[in-house]
Amino acid sequence: MAGMAADRAAGPGAGAPPHPAAPPLLEARGVTMAFGGLRAVEDFNLTVQRGELVGLIGPNGAGKTTVFNVLTGVYRPTAGRIFLGGVEITGLPASAITRMGVARTFQNIRLFGGMTVLENLLVAMGFRAGYGLWDALVRSRRFREREAALRRQALELLDLFRLADKAERPARSLAYGEQRRLEIARALATRPRLLLLDEPAAGMNPQEGEELMQLIRWVREQFDLTILLIEHHMPIVMGICQRVLVLDFGRTIAEGDPRAIQSDPRVIEAYLGQQEVS
Amino acid sequence: MNTPVKRWQSLLLWGGLTLAVVAVHLLGRAGLVSGYLLQILQLIGINIMLTASLNLVNGYLGEFAIGHAGFMAVGAYVSALFTVKWHLPFPLALLAGAVAAGFFAWLVGIPAFTTFGDYLAIITLGFNMIVVNLINNIDYLGGPRGLPGLPRATNLLWVYALTALSLLVLRNLVRSNYGRLWVAIRESDIAAELMGAEVRRLKLLALVIAGTIAGAAGALWGHLLQYIHPRSFDYIKSTEMLVMVYLGGMGSLAGSVLGATLYTALMEMLRGLKEWRPVVGPLILILIMLRMPRGLMGLRPPDLGRLLRPRREKGVAT
Amino acid sequence: MAIFIQQLLNALQLGGIYALIALGYTMVYGVLKLINFAHGDIFMAGAFIGFFLATYLKLPFVATLLGSMVLTALLGVTVERVAYRPLREAGAPRMSLVITALGVGLFLENFTRATVGAEPRNFPRLLETAAWDLGGVALTSLQFLIIGTALALMLALRYLVRHTLVGKAMRAVADNPEILGLMGVNVDRIIIFTFVLGSTLAAAGGILYAQAYPVLDPYMGIVVGWKAFIAAVVGGIGLIDGAMLGGVILGSTEVFVAAYLPSTYRDGIAFAILILVLLLRPTGLLGRPVVKKV
Repeated sequence: MAGMAADRAAGPGAGAPPHPAAPPLLEARGVTMAFGGLRAVEDFNLTVQRGELVGLIGPNGAGKTTVFNVLTGVYRPTAGRIFLGGVEITGLPASAITRMGVARTFQNIRLFGGMTVLENLLVAMGFRAGYGLWDALVRSRRFREREAALRRQALELLDLFRLADKAERPARSLAYGEQRRLEIARALATRPRLLLLDEPAAGMNPQEGEELMQLIRWVREQFDLTILLIEHHMPIVMGICQRVLVLDFGRTIAEGDPRAIQSDPRVIEAYLGQQEVS
Repeated sequence: MNTPVKRWQSLLLWGGLTLAVVAVHLLGRAGLVSGYLLQILQLIGINIMLTASLNLVNGYLGEFAIGHAGFMAVGAYVSALFTVKWHLPFPLALLAGAVAAGFFAWLVGIPAFTTFGDYLAIITLGFNMIVVNLINNIDYLGGPRGLPGLPRATNLLWVYALTALSLLVLRNLVRSNYGRLWVAIRESDIAAELMGAEVRRLKLLALVIAGTIAGAAGALWGHLLQYIHPRSFDYIKSTEMLVMVYLGGMGSLAGSVLGATLYTALMEMLRGLKEWRPVVGPLILILIMLRMPRGLMGLRPPDLGRLLRPRREKGVAT
Repeated sequence: MAIFIQQLLNALQLGGIYALIALGYTMVYGVLKLINFAHGDIFMAGAFIGFFLATYLKLPFVATLLGSMVLTALLGVTVERVAYRPLREAGAPRMSLVITALGVGLFLENFTRATVGAEPRNFPRLLETAAWDLGGVALTSLQFLIIGTALALMLALRYLVRHTLVGKAMRAVADNPEILGLMGVNVDRIIIFTFVLGSTLAAAGGILYAQAYPVLDPYMGIVVGWKAFIAAVVGGIGLIDGAMLGGVILGSTEVFVAAYLPSTYRDGIAFAILILVLLLRPTGLLGRPVVKKV
């Protein structure tokens, strides 16, 4: 299944408009998400090219996380279409979208707290475990080889995130910053093309935030990733994003270069009363 | 995967246990072990199958199924159909009973896992009641009078073999990618889904495996007592299984073995209480919840991961 | 037509009883997010308490009804104090509460069986039943009394929850227990109040049920309670109007189905309704769709 999806994604997209070059990695067209009468996101349009690092900012309740939920298939959008590498993913189940190469972290950390750090990564690798029920039942050679390989990969990843020495500890026993790192590592374990980070620096002090910024930059280069980042901490956004989208009340009110955005009167107005602009 | 020493130990343990069971079986045939004791031992085995399989759903997967006796009933009646009505050999009947129960588990799981929340409880309870109700209304199966005349095909060896097989299946699955995903779903189903796990399919898989084992247990049970009737599979029986699961501890197969053994033995010892005996089970359940919610072997959630680890470097603590 | 009217009365009678019990499920679920599996057995206990009051104390109908309501409320509160509250205070997972409720239910059943015996008991007829024949429709005063009592109790509850201070507090707890606790509202008290209301209505349901179907047995609460729970789910769990609507829907379907199919299919029909609602509208007919939180 996952293999098929990847093949389709690699080929020219069926539902995509004719593009001279490769289709954009992510494209959202007119996405609207309504809950009852409330329109959490309205007419959201976004095109992300491969390799870009795009920021999504806006005051609390602007609909940023809802955008992530729609992009990852947690919600089915009320209107609009979403394409990944030219392939339409609107309305696909979340697990299928993950298998096609979209991974995310959560604003409120959602690790598998009772499982070990290592197991958290193994779960994220689960869909490409490469063995079936029968292999698990009889502990076949394939089972043993694949388990060993998954473990090795997971440990390597943990090593990159300086968590290898804590591999056997329950995830909930990690320090806050470590849990944030583990969330990113876990997302990467699904081997994404597109990584969605939902306020990764929330609850961090400036120094931790700075370290995190370095980490994100490094991850992007190391894994050849495209990143969409929700962030409240302005310095982070300004420091690493090439392009920024500003949401307010579900609508996109500004888009463009981070420095230009910062002086945009509409953005300043949207943030009035919010203390976190700096 | 296991170290050589560990492998030796477990070989010794299982070999010794097998030898002991065969010896008891042979002594029983020679009339040197009482039929009563043999029957209790078999009931313990059957209860272990029921408890461990229910634990897969309620403990590892973190769902709440309370109609396990329904699957047991399907296994018992389908297998009885094969032996009593169609005069087919017992192994075939056993297989059919297990498969049929697994199929029903699949049917129950489809609506139950489409929705969310506590509805699995109410759907499995309903399934349990409908099965009993249905059997009550099928004259061909004896209706409320029950179905007598099952051949005495179950013996200690059958029970032992199937209990061991069930535990092996459950253990191997729990210590694999499947087990990790089940526990992940329990911890956070949304995060599991977003890590690429097909949550609904995995839940269905667990329920079908549990139902199949419960069906096999039902078939064994029927051919042990040689007489089945619908009331033996009602919701009270299901609750009894829950008592055994929680007594032993959620998410622990060893706990299920312990819980089923202790509970079965205890209930036998309390036969003198007559009509007050059924009051003991629910009291135990309430007391467990109040006093030791993790059960006898229940591991604290942080320890659970250790149980699931496919490889173990350190000694076995569980 | 005559048959239809007759069946309609039967439907309202059964539906009213289901609704009374469903209210207890829905209120406890609203406040504690707990499927109180013992609630069907509280209904059973209410019927048995009424049986003893009527048989041994020779109380008339109204006294039996009120007496049973008071005593059953006491039982409901005791269950809450002894079995549920310690778990809540220990911060136990919600699942432990559900399991405990199941244990309490089974305890009540088997305890009743051990004390009163397994053989079914006949509930005395407490009311002179007048019967009229209106153009082929046989009406009994009993039916009107059952429907009337159920309706009066439901309206009283509705008023209580909507317009009194304690009722408003109840709804507030259902919405957000933490905040209310921080505001100094005694949440425990409101929970007790919820159990009092639920048990009282279940007892009333038990007495009315015993008037219409006068055979009692210790396990009668299982099936009736399960159907009342389905009624609560059909209407929208946690919603008072939903419980009433669900009760009437479930009662009507059962009565009308039983008119055409063998009555043994009734339980199957209830099950089918449950599955259908869960698949098509999991939050019930009056419920708002729930948004997954991520």
